[in-house]
Amino acid sequence: MPTLSLRVNGKDQATDVDPNTPLLWVLRDSLGLVGTKFGCGMSLCGACTVLADGEPIRACSTPVSTMAGKNITTIEGLATSPTQLHPLQEAWIEHDVPQCGYCQAGQLMSASALLARTPQPTDADIDTAMAGNLCRCGTYQRIRAAIHSAAGKLAKRKA
Amino acid sequence: MNAHLSPAALADETLRELMREVELGGPALPVRAVKIDRRHFLKLTGMAGGGLTLGFFVGSDARAAGEKGAADFSPNAFLRISSKGSILIYNKGPEIGQGIKTAFPLIIAEELDALWTDVVVEQAPVNPVVYGRQSAGGSRSIPDSWDQLRKAGAVARSMLLSAAAASWKVPVEECSTRDSAVWHGKRKLTYGALAAKAAALPVPDAAKVKLKERSEYRLLGKWYTGVDNRKVVTGAPLFGIDQQLPGLKFAVYEKCPATGGKVRTANLDELKKLPGVRDAFVVEGNGKPTELMPGVAIVADSTWAAFEARKQLRVEWDESAASKDSWSALTKRAAELSKQAAGDTTTVSVGTVADALKGAAKTVEGFYTYPFVSHAPLEPQNCTAWNHDGIIEFWSPTQTADRALTTLAGALGMPVEKIKINQTRVGGGFGRRLMNDYACEAGAIAQRFAGPVKLMWTREQDMAHDFYRPGGFHSLTGGVDATGKLVAWRNHFISFTTDGKNPVSGGNMPGEEFPAQNVPNYLLSQTLLPLATPCGPWRAPRSCSVAWVIQSFLHELSAAAHRDHRDFLLEVMGEPRLLPGGLNTARAADVIKLVSEKAGWGRKLPAGHGMGLAFHFSHAGHFAEVAEVSVDADKRIKLHRMVVVGDIGPIVNMSGANNQCEGGVLDGFSTMLGLEITMENGRVEQSNFHQYPILRIADQPKVEVHFIQSDNPPTGVGEPALPPVAPAICNAIYAAIGHRVRTLPLTKEGFSAG
Repeated sequence: MPTLSLRVNGKDQATDVDPNTPLLWVLRDSLGLVGTKFGCGMSLCGACTVLADGEPIRACSTPVSTMAGKNITTIEGLATSPTQLHPLQEAWIEHDVPQCGYCQAGQLMSASALLARTPQPTDADIDTAMAGNLCRCGTYQRIRAAIHSAAGKLAKRKA
Repeated sequence: MNAHLSPAALADETLRELMREVELGGPALPVRAVKIDRRHFLKLTGMAGGGLTLGFFVGSDARAAGEKGAADFSPNAFLRISSKGSILIYNKGPEIGQGIKTAFPLIIAEELDALWTDVVVEQAPVNPVVYGRQSAGGSRSIPDSWDQLRKAGAVARSMLLSAAAASWKVPVEECSTRDSAVWHGKRKLTYGALAAKAAALPVPDAAKVKLKERSEYRLLGKWYTGVDNRKVVTGAPLFGIDQQLPGLKFAVYEKCPATGGKVRTANLDELKKLPGVRDAFVVEGNGKPTELMPGVAIVADSTWAAFEARKQLRVEWDESAASKDSWSALTKRAAELSKQAAGDTTTVSVGTVADALKGAAKTVEGFYTYPFVSHAPLEPQNCTAWNHDGIIEFWSPTQTADRALTTLAGALGMPVEKIKINQTRVGGGFGRRLMNDYACEAGAIAQRFAGPVKLMWTREQDMAHDFYRPGGFHSLTGGVDATGKLVAWRNHFISFTTDGKNPVSGGNMPGEEFPAQNVPNYLLSQTLLPLATPCGPWRAPRSCSVAWVIQSFLHELSAAAHRDHRDFLLEVMGEPRLLPGGLNTARAADVIKLVSEKAGWGRKLPAGHGMGLAFHFSHAGHFAEVAEVSVDADKRIKLHRMVVVGDIGPIVNMSGANNQCEGGVLDGFSTMLGLEITMENGRVEQSNFHQYPILRIADQPKVEVHFIQSDNPPTGVGEPALPPVAPAICNAIYAAIGHRVRTLPLTKEGFSAG
């Protein structure tokens, strides 16, 4: 099988899988980055959301071959550094968002793409940007509050 | 095993036993099976290394310190205090999103008088002999473990006090504890400094240590964030699906889409030639859906290779004994039966309903229908199993780690001592993972395949092989007298049976179910239709469906009598008293009154808006909720606000308790609005979230939660906030547009989210 090179969280990675393999399983099974989750396999739940060149994509339905040359960011690469979490991650902890926590990596990745584009999102912006991410436990109220709170933190960091 | 029972009936048999245990808060099953000596115990608990040992929690002569004289202090299997002052607390229960990994250690830390910031939490090994109950179900975690955990903390605190008193040579009564230290006047000794000394002391009798009064709590009842939050938000490996082992292979397991089908032939030879496939074989199984149904296993080098191979799998199923269930046929039969005032058997009869209905000033009739639903936790079923060194070791996202030990041993034909289970975080339970079928499958594969294997279900398999919340039908007639007082209630309940005798799991109506004891004339009868689809406990089993019927119909009656529903509901509760089954009418009245106050019950609303009130008692929790909705001309419904008031005794973690109620509201709303499992020819027709549309963020209402905290023993909160949600919303719809919803999900009656 041909070797594919990927750039994940700023690191170049080589993998020799079937080019049709969804990015999700390359991340999880080949690269050991298990933070990105499998939920539906049909781009319906958003648990597998990662960023490709900053855009949120569903890794469960994205053939790895289409990712060559793109910068992929997973939940493991969301924090600025091991000591400084992304403001969204801080807000998620402070608002005690997670219940089971399984969807939250995907939620955070979608939210990070939103804030990168719209630093001060309205509720409607949040509804649109987060529409692809299911939370079976029903933590949406806290997700919304945490996104607003993270937007405030980001503004402060930039100030 | 009874050979005449269908697979679904065998599942029901097992689940009846499980539900009885859960409701009784019974002992963890494996106690009778696990025979271990002291050394084995130490090995099982995984704390034998480093010269450490630990005393038995039960028994007064055990010593805390190890034979080698450890510097750490581990008075019992729940906690260990290092000489450096860090306090390690083991969480014994499965974390399924209910927040137990934070709540349990808080209870121990409270009695220990520890600083919460000193506490580190780790998941305990699975060993019910040491830890007692290690499962999550029935909202029983807190009530069943409350005293045990408090004593675990208090015993350690008592030993630390004794150690400090001895150091200072002062009477122990003069010493006190706070902030991870013992104090005598202004001097203090930290728990870390006392650890070695305390470890040499005998463990006091847990029955004799003094526990705190609620007024003395320093930690409980405040807002704490989850102990694993940082790991969750950074994507650290936590869940069952995240397990990684050197040489790990990946498996799928295909069962007949109609429960009970067996493998006649499968194209195993073709499968074995596919890229990345290591093996493919048939597993006969034992015919129990809760354990091991027949199927085909495929083991591959990656999850994707296994999934791809599954697409090439061709199985000829023997469906001679498989389910032929048809939801459309069942609903048709139930509609016919609903015309009968009474069912095949009478569950309970109080007074004379027929006469009371004749004499009533007004009578109301209603036929209510709700569907089967699936648990659909976001983490699909999975389990990693590794057959090594004569044992099989599991990494399993289970709600019943204790029970899994004996289930696996039985299903795999192995002694329970040869089963080791590691508890992982669970990506959603909702009752689905009370069953350990996926672990049995992983175990069966591990018995055949050398090396560690992770079994992964697809979403489609998860939806096709659930233990569904059963649908049901209620044909109701009620009556009010001239003063508008409820005087008669007749319910012909139509449910399902898999064995011809007992209602399916979660499809029962006990005689004491509200309002049996609150109406002078009450008749509950039932008819059971044959079913071959496995059913099981779904968040607030029974209550999650019948509360909607009961609380909606109560509102039909109060509306017919032109009564204010709050007043009507309070009148039905009647005098303050404790009823058999646990409903306390005083606590019920208190939550009804407070929720009305918080919601602004009775205030004027814009046209098309309505408020609905509902109460339900379940899982020892008293909950009243008020929904505020608007409905437009196209029957688009918006749930603007839900006010929740609960009484579950004192709150352990305010954030966690709120989160469970917020989630319960969304789960209840999501399910009543658009979720439905249907089956035809024994096959479930829904396969993924496009056909099972769990609500998304735009539909999240504003949820406000209030608790009435009391000195009643604390009870669980994972379930009881859910049952009042659907009736509160339907009562609000009636208030808004005068339409009475009698069929769920709402989409069946033309409603949609808007």
